[in-house]
Amino acid sequence: MAEIEVGRNILEANQTLAEALRKRFAAQGIKVLNLISSPGAGKTSVLEQTLRRLGGRLRCAVIEGDIQTDEDAQRVAACGVPAVQIQTQGACHLDGPMIGEALDALELEGLELLIIENVGNLVCPVDFDLGEDMKVAVLSVTEGDDKPSKYPALFRAAGVLLVNKIDLLPYIDCDLERIHATCRTLNPQQKVFDISCRTGEGLGDWVTWLESWVRG
Amino acid sequence: MHELSIAQSLLGIVLQEAGRHGANRVTKVAVKIGALASVVPSSLTFSFDLIKEGTPAADAVLEIERVPAMGICRACGARMDMSGLVEACPDCGSKEIELSSGQELYVDHIEAE
Repeated sequence: MAEIEVGRNILEANQTLAEALRKRFAAQGIKVLNLISSPGAGKTSVLEQTLRRLGGRLRCAVIEGDIQTDEDAQRVAACGVPAVQIQTQGACHLDGPMIGEALDALELEGLELLIIENVGNLVCPVDFDLGEDMKVAVLSVTEGDDKPSKYPALFRAAGVLLVNKIDLLPYIDCDLERIHATCRTLNPQQKVFDISCRTGEGLGDWVTWLESWVRG
Repeated sequence: MHELSIAQSLLGIVLQEAGRHGANRVTKVAVKIGALASVVPSSLTFSFDLIKEGTPAADAVLEIERVPAMGICRACGARMDMSGLVEACPDCGSKEIELSSGQELYVDHIEAE
């Protein structure tokens, strides 16, 4: 009987691939965002609004992750942006190999911004690095102001938080300040934008910030 | 929620290490999982026990050590429990607190023959 020291990260296979993707993106000058939220928080609406407001000022492409259907890729393509749909067939998150495969279907030359919309899930996607520069969390106010404290991993890891559906605040019991305070505690460096994809409120600030981040 | 795919990665590492050391039977697999890693130990054990059948790790017992979530204050160096929301350092009040443990997910060692 022998004890064998191992000391290996269980997710090392994904991590190694993600690091290779990150190098590849950096070499081509592409900034990459990993968009994460629960189902229905408005990730695809945020994408549509963001792409429309960018109005072609940045060369963008999108990778869409869903368990089934290509509806989201169609919505993005309608904004005039190349989109590849990954159907995970049940898997609760995207991983490095899926992104590597999706890249084969995209023209990366000249691209400035790649946005990956993860599978709607507040838990699992956080553990799987996709080679992104930054995670962006979307939280809609209708989900409740307790979500950042109940699901802290995403809100700790996200460089940007978009608090969506703020046009509904008058009709629901959601304390926006509690969301802000919890997220400040979890990640003091996080950039927060309160937005509404229906009224357009806050989207201008977000898109201005995004544009300078990509060029910066 | 994805403990089965984690168990598959885990088994892959275990079999690779056993093979590298010329072992043909693994009896124990010791992993460390941070309290903040979104992995449920009982689900991981369930998944691991399912997929280890028919491999050199079929008799391996999975031993999971939970690593507590701890933080360290960047201002005064105080250490604190981070399992809940920590708004400020209890010693100096600084909000610059760094997570020092709790996100681990790795194979520490195996026992094999």
